[in-house]
Amino acid sequence: MSTTTDTPTRVSHPSYSEAFQQGVREEMTTNPDIFILGTDLVERGGHFAQVKGIAQEFGESRVKDSPISEAAMVAAGLGAAMYGLHPIIDLNFIDFSFGAMDEIINQAAKIRFMFGQPVPLVIRATSGVALGGAHHTNALEAFFASTPGLSLAIPSCANDVKGLIKTALRVPDPVIFLMHKKLSGVRSEITTGHQPIPFGKANSVRPGKDAAIITWSYTLFTALKAADELAKEGIEVEVIDLRTLWPLDEDAVDAAIKKYGRVVIADEAPKFGSLTAEIAASATERCNSDLKGPIVRVGGVRAPISANPRHSDAAIPTVAGMIEAVHKVMKY
Amino acid sequence: MAYTDLQSLLREMLVIREFEETADKLTLRGKVPGGMHNSSGQEAVAVGVMSALAADDVIATTHRSHHHTLAKGFTPNEIMAELFTKATGVSKGRGASMHLGDFKRGHFGGNGIVGAGVGIAMGAAMGIHQRGDKNVSVGFVGDGGLNTGRTWESLNMAVIYKLPFILVVDNNQYAVETFVGRVTGGNDPAKRASGFGLPSFNIDGNDVLEVQKYTAEARERAVAGEGPTFINALTYRYNGHNVGERGQYRTQEEIADWREHKDPIDRFTAYLLSTGDMSQADLDSMKASVHAEIEAAVAFAESSPEPDLSTLTDGVDSGLLGAK
Repeated sequence: MSTTTDTPTRVSHPSYSEAFQQGVREEMTTNPDIFILGTDLVERGGHFAQVKGIAQEFGESRVKDSPISEAAMVAAGLGAAMYGLHPIIDLNFIDFSFGAMDEIINQAAKIRFMFGQPVPLVIRATSGVALGGAHHTNALEAFFASTPGLSLAIPSCANDVKGLIKTALRVPDPVIFLMHKKLSGVRSEITTGHQPIPFGKANSVRPGKDAAIITWSYTLFTALKAADELAKEGIEVEVIDLRTLWPLDEDAVDAAIKKYGRVVIADEAPKFGSLTAEIAASATERCNSDLKGPIVRVGGVRAPISANPRHSDAAIPTVAGMIEAVHKVMKY
Repeated sequence: MAYTDLQSLLREMLVIREFEETADKLTLRGKVPGGMHNSSGQEAVAVGVMSALAADDVIATTHRSHHHTLAKGFTPNEIMAELFTKATGVSKGRGASMHLGDFKRGHFGGNGIVGAGVGIAMGAAMGIHQRGDKNVSVGFVGDGGLNTGRTWESLNMAVIYKLPFILVVDNNQYAVETFVGRVTGGNDPAKRASGFGLPSFNIDGNDVLEVQKYTAEARERAVAGEGPTFINALTYRYNGHNVGERGQYRTQEEIADWREHKDPIDRFTAYLLSTGDMSQADLDSMKASVHAEIEAAVAFAESSPEPDLSTLTDGVDSGLLGAK
């Protein structure tokens, strides 16, 4: 599945966005029911080049440019999914999902339960804090992951983008697929080839001896930088990427608690109400006796995201904040 | 319901009326958890549309959908049992009055959200279009749904992709207690819709044959690849928005005028008797058989089991992603 612009390096070490293209192309080739609908997809290839070239390869019946009508976009995918197709609705930024919230929460998430009808639908959007101000930086993961009926993938690297979108396109369920905007151009190796990656399976990105940081998406890279710094002090921290937030790999969380008794959970969503709270609370209920002290959470500030770069950087977990959290659990 | 002849249209309208008036009484007796929305007076919209559709055509509808569902061919038994939230109901007791549906039979659900069925039906039309199938999808909305954005977003999308879609406004003139003319700019639904660039009609929703004719023509255009049609069918709801409502928002004279002079069942009955398509004896035996059918549905619902408590969380997702 190569295009004229692909080089061997681009195929084996694609960017995060190119990995999405790869996964979608492979699945579209084998499944004629997959189509993509969103804004500016055909010529531009999406705002992050996530579907660049796919319309030219598969035709405009498989990649459709949409009006800016979020409710109708999701409804189109929903109705078509229930008719038997497997649409990808590209909402561009997850912030725009507010215009389609009824279609996502009241309809797509609930129809299987209410009527026994499968809803094979992927809703893709970019997420996360970057430049662009308050209307392009909402953190909705906790809301979607806590809605019965929805699953949520939030990959941190090219390999996981490819493998997880392949899985999302093979299950008859609505999946929210969130891609961090700051990772779009980051290249990394495809290690699992054409294989789908299962949901609900965390990935240990860095081994440790003393404590674990559990995180996902862009915050993983902040955690890895913190782990490098901590290693210089002789503290070896395992860094775990959850990759999907529903299903959630509770076994991986519990295993980290049992192994170290010292755990930090970090995410850039505002800390109050973040999924870090749910993960920490439920893990504590299961494994309290294995903890040497409370799980420490690192999160974003309780404020909308400023467009000022220094402010937006300071609104989310920093390397220093992550190091401080690990120091705290190391004192137990 | 097979609409084999003119009498079958009348019989289905009688089934709906008898079903609704019976269910209304049962709701007041506490038999219907969550209550219900009675469609008495609106039978000709449902039967007119459904009698022009093929069995594999899709519908998606509203919070007031007993009439659409019965007219689509669902049995009084499975609908009454659903109102009672019994396991034998069409939605296995999980939906009650507002959430009737069975996708295998082309019914993509009633809906608690105004205008949501329009979007779902438009999406089904996109599915039909993608597959190249030769059926159509009908989205129902009430007059209240004339003023929600998703209705028009969906209609626009149906136009630009030329989807095999029909938008039917089951216009009973009151959004709960609010008269449509008070809240609808321009107060001409077909004129508003025509601005989206599709054939748009205001029709008499209490004339079953007129509704059937406009739907059949819309269906022909849709199947021929000519895209969607907008039909605003003017009708009237005799009862309150919900059972038990005692509103002061319209006069008793207005209600009486519609019941006595414009009733869709009375009008069609008089027509069939006048043309000789039906005798008085036919009508008497039809009414008796309808009455028996609805009585049997109540008995079926009463005697049906509740859904087992152990199924409380069954089927939230496929389980294939590994959620525990």
